Amino acid sequence: MSDHSQHIASAFDRDLEAVQALVMKMGGLVEAAIRDSAKALKARDLELADAVRKGDAKVDDLEDMINTQCAQVIAMRQPIASDLRTVLTVMKIAGNLERIGDYAKNLAKRTEVLSHMQPIGDSTSAIKRMAREVEHMLNDALDAYIRRDAKLADDVRHRDLEVDQMYNALFREFLTFMMEDPRNITACMHLHFIAKNIERMGDHVTSVADQVIYLATGQMPEDPRPKDNQSIYKFSEALDEADE
Amino acid sequence: MKDNIEDKIGVDAMQTKFSARDVQVYYGDNHAIKDVNVDILDKTVTAFIGPSGCGKSTFLRSLNRMNDTIDVCRVQGDILLDGEDIYDPKVDPVQLRAKVGMVFQKPNPFPKSIYDNVAYGPRIHGLARNKAELDEIVEKSLRRGAIWNEVKDRLDAPGTGLSGGQQQRLCIARAVATEPEVLLMDEPCSALDPIATAQVEELIDELKANYSVIIVTHSMQQAARVSQKTAFFHLGNLVEYGDTNQIFTNPHDPRTESYITGRIG
Repeated sequence: MSDHSQHIASAFDRDLEAVQALVMKMGGLVEAAIRDSAKALKARDLELADAVRKGDAKVDDLEDMINTQCAQVIAMRQPIASDLRTVLTVMKIAGNLERIGDYAKNLAKRTEVLSHMQPIGDSTSAIKRMAREVEHMLNDALDAYIRRDAKLADDVRHRDLEVDQMYNALFREFLTFMMEDPRNITACMHLHFIAKNIERMGDHVTSVADQVIYLATGQMPEDPRPKDNQSIYKFSEALDEADE
Repeated sequence: MKDNIEDKIGVDAMQTKFSARDVQVYYGDNHAIKDVNVDILDKTVTAFIGPSGCGKSTFLRSLNRMNDTIDVCRVQGDILLDGEDIYDPKVDPVQLRAKVGMVFQKPNPFPKSIYDNVAYGPRIHGLARNKAELDEIVEKSLRRGAIWNEVKDRLDAPGTGLSGGQQQRLCIARAVATEPEVLLMDEPCSALDPIATAQVEELIDELKANYSVIIVTHSMQQAARVSQKTAFFHLGNLVEYGDTNQIFTNPHDPRTESYITGRIG
């Protein structure tokens, strides 16, 4: 009765720990992929971009391993209560991490295209800042996971608003560059996709944070997370009106 | 109109059958049940779970005064069945047990024929006026026990000659023969193989249409499968009582969580 943390069947603990260790390993790889892809973009470092593209296979393999091990735990141990939530959240988080990895890989691909083009202002610095924010959010979300810290997870959810705002600012900037000179359009389109993909990474990190709250409390967060996806639509409407 | 009727059915289905208030049970100096307060619903399967010696069987047995047979056992507090105190001196325990039937861990058919096993209760309680009525009760009970098809051609064969799973279903048929309102089941499947267990569980699910069923089980999966309400007992206390769904996905008390996930025994 004194120790509530350990299962009587210690092999069950080992199974759960093993699969959670895989998620943490996956998280570490994905954090590095975010960081390296943004760094490669700014520095036009094609070698680093190539390493990010190749590294994504490892992330995908880890997701497969996690899904297989979770299926085994469900079949063999019939987890319930917090054990069940652990298995469910591990699978969902692995899915989110895999998608973030894909976006980083896409960023690296576009880096190779962009390296042959004129830089667009200092936009790659802004993108790097945005990527760094997402990386920190992911780091905190995974910390919150390990510590079952719903408060920190909730903090991460709310920080996604900043990422959305950074994206909106970049959207306006690219639009301005494209209107100034149509020769900027190709580069701006690629950069815009990159910014949008980083914004999507932020959404996946938010989803990881949601899972941490579910794991810790048994309930999904009730309040809708703050979003700033309106301003860009208003902005383009304003442009249309100006044209007329 | 239809809505009204359904509303009424909804209310009826959630009616309290047993109401326990500040119940204490002592075996001599041993305080086995401490301050238990619980409302058991009609037409619902309620599971009692908890480690060995937690008091769940003791509490179950106090619901039809089976503990009366133990000299050193004392029960305090109120246990109300449909609002009436079952420990009132005016209550006849034999009549009470006809209303509150019981099925035990080990199948225990009488050393009599299959027919007489089921007919015994209705006979002593005078529920049948003639042989035809008794035949009808026996058939109906065996059907409710989901064993009629297997025994209808050999009703004169001894009940003890059936397989373990069949014997247990015979005991359930015997328990429902007196038209009880509540069925108490003390680990009814622990001596059965998985197929017989599944049959008994299916039966429990069917029985809840007519009875309030209370089942003590050591199998967490079984509690999750068959019950709508779960009560977790630990060291004589009722630690947590709630919807089975909630208990098994998001228990509120850390002791419940530790027990159901296999962290304390």
